[in-house]
Amino acid sequence: MEYVVIFVVLALVVLLVSGPLRSRYADEAAESAEHAELTAARDAKYREIRDAELDFRTGKLSEADWRTIDRGLRAEAIEILRRLDELDPPASADAEG
Amino acid sequence: MAVAGKACLILALAVCVYGIGASLYGVRSGRRDWVASGRRAVYALAGTAAVAFAILQAAFLRSDFAFALVTSHSSTTTPTFYRATAVWSSQEGSLLLWLLLLSLWSSLILFITRRRLREVAPYATAVLLGLAAFFACLLVFLESPFDQTIGPVPAEGAGLNPLLRHPSMMIHPPMLYSGYTLFAVPFAFAVGALVARRLNADWIRSTRPFTLTAWFFLGVGIVLGARWSYSELGWGGYWAWDPVENASLMPWLTGTAFLHSVMIQEKRGMLKVWNVSLVLATGVLAILGTFLVRSGILESIHAFGASTLGVPFLVLIATMIAGSIYLVATRARELRSEHRLDSLFSREAAFLLNNLVLVLMCAVIFWGTFFPLISEALTGRRHSFGPPMFDRLTVPLALVLVLLSGIGPLIAWRRATAASLRRNFLAPIAVAGAVAAIALALGAGSQPDALIMFTFAGFVVGAVSQELVRGVRARRVMAREPLPLALVSLVRRNRRRYGGYLVHTGMALLFVGIAASSSFADERDVELVPGQTALVGGYTIEYVEPTSELVAASNGRLERIDFGAVLRVTRGGGEPTILRTTRSFFPSSAPMLGPVSRFFEGEATSEVGLRAGLRRDVWASIAPDTRRLAPRVKEGDKVFAQADDSGALTADERDAFLAEALRGLVRSYADDPPPATFRLLVSPMVTWIWIGALVVFLGGLIALWPSPRTVGRRVSAAYAARVGREARVHA
Repeated sequence: MEYVVIFVVLALVVLLVSGPLRSRYADEAAESAEHAELTAARDAKYREIRDAELDFRTGKLSEADWRTIDRGLRAEAIEILRRLDELDPPASADAEG
Repeated sequence: MAVAGKACLILALAVCVYGIGASLYGVRSGRRDWVASGRRAVYALAGTAAVAFAILQAAFLRSDFAFALVTSHSSTTTPTFYRATAVWSSQEGSLLLWLLLLSLWSSLILFITRRRLREVAPYATAVLLGLAAFFACLLVFLESPFDQTIGPVPAEGAGLNPLLRHPSMMIHPPMLYSGYTLFAVPFAFAVGALVARRLNADWIRSTRPFTLTAWFFLGVGIVLGARWSYSELGWGGYWAWDPVENASLMPWLTGTAFLHSVMIQEKRGMLKVWNVSLVLATGVLAILGTFLVRSGILESIHAFGASTLGVPFLVLIATMIAGSIYLVATRARELRSEHRLDSLFSREAAFLLNNLVLVLMCAVIFWGTFFPLISEALTGRRHSFGPPMFDRLTVPLALVLVLLSGIGPLIAWRRATAASLRRNFLAPIAVAGAVAAIALALGAGSQPDALIMFTFAGFVVGAVSQELVRGVRARRVMAREPLPLALVSLVRRNRRRYGGYLVHTGMALLFVGIAASSSFADERDVELVPGQTALVGGYTIEYVEPTSELVAASNGRLERIDFGAVLRVTRGGGEPTILRTTRSFFPSSAPMLGPVSRFFEGEATSEVGLRAGLRRDVWASIAPDTRRLAPRVKEGDKVFAQADDSGALTADERDAFLAEALRGLVRSYADDPPPATFRLLVSPMVTWIWIGALVVFLGGLIALWPSPRTVGRRVSAAYAARVGREARVHA
């Protein structure tokens, strides 16, 4: 019984690990590093815009300060979106909030 | 099945070595098939570790004494509940648990990032497998959990250490190990990002849930340990600055600092060197904590005692530190900040200050923990730092930390104006002033540290409440939602912010509990006979009567002897409360002891009598004097020795006579009770420590809970639309 367990575990490990090497490995649709980087930067920028708005709504920023900051953040977001548009985005890349 | 278990561990080690090679070859040569194979090696490792763990767990559950580990750490009298947890009460079993948890978390992160972080993930895979290989090596070559019992298989084992028979101990070690192993994930990805020179926010975003979960589990583990200490160790405290306690606190502190400062990197591209250093230090401290528990280099009630694992762990830690320093030093260009701090009056600045305090606190604890070793190296004599010194150095830092946890939420990102500071600080300062006035009226002025802590905690609660009220008000105006819905929507849409605020509130409550209980507790050690009373903290505590019991396990075998007391607690003319406290004596397995005396020479544990309340706890533990029983114990040993020599009794008869003899001893203690020593403690607001911890963990869960993808998409789409409009205007 013990040796059956050992054999089964060994067989499963070999099958699992050698899977990608045995057949022609179809790489799962992967996001390019640059695209991932820009997506992360875009999501962080959206979060920053949202945080600045919440800071304004909860009285931590004056309207004038908020508008200045918000304008700057949006400009930065636009730049990120422009760079994202220049890349060919993969179909699997979903926006995350 | 011991051979199968051992084979699984050897296979696990082989899989680790293969996976490291496959990942590194794959990423260097651009062969994605090899990278995928390396990733699958981690899944295979999780599978083999799970099978090995299951084999060991099954051996413990069925009391298979053919396994040497089961013989030395369990017995047929150990309740099933504790038999299941006895696996990780041993050095070997806990190392296997470490390996299993590390492989499971590693599998999860690598599965999640299988389509992302293409340059970083293979290096991270190699680091995670490297750590796993280290633990697999220990299990295969030094501390095998599958060693078989030498000679004939015994009918009974030594049993689980009685101190570990507490529900907290069922959860405490897996929580701590989960925390430690989860911190390996951001560590590995930080190393991967440094090696691949991909130091953007993507690896941080991917590993953040793991960092937060590590922080959460380690925190739960620390609090459970404190609770166990309070209710099981019989000394009346919950934190003793023990090296092993400190070892778990240090990575938690640096992890907390990282969770704050990483937000600055995400938002502003700043503090990259600091963040990566923090996460690397946290990974090293997590291993250091594991090393302290296992090496036996420092004395601790929580450690496994002396072992041969010290040198391998030191080599691993030295490698991690040297590698981390090399990587950070050679990636200085990629780690340059993208922006500078706009203002000293900004949330970024508050976070920076909070980071400095947390790191300083960690440094103080590190110094104090290793001071015995440092002093021994320098002077040849081991000097201890001692709890008073720890308190003296950490209390001011804790005060600043609590104050900062109130200031942070009140300041905007980037910059704050004098007008907004006035507007935001006024109400919290008023709350703090009111709390200080009440505390002074109640007599807290005699303890300035405690008074300041209450005041700062009032400030934190005022600040967070104000934030919540203003946020809900803004939400109601914007979305025209009723109050409860506005509150839920606000928190749901800003989980990190409001989860974090709740954590701050919980920490303030927890520190209030610590300050009150450590400053205003009344503790007395008294010797009483039945009928006598003691006055503690305004309470009259009467020793009503002794209790004694011979306890048998569910299979009929004698498990322990309990000697205890019933205490009546009264205050003024109020309703009395009854407390029961016992000291349990578990038999020793030392062969040189007689059959009766072994019941009095083994491990003993305390069950404390506790009346917990929101205002104060009344706590009692007993140390019964068993010296009066000594002559009868000696006589009993002699009688049984003679009977054994003459062979007059069968095994069953011997067991029956032994039970009767012990019953007689137990009865005699109750019939003619000797004076018992009691530790009596009236400690204010201890319950707030546990309540505060629950609030902290609730806040952590809120911050951790993933937003539904639909909500995420909706929010992103809304902001994308707004930014898009702006883009059209610019165009």
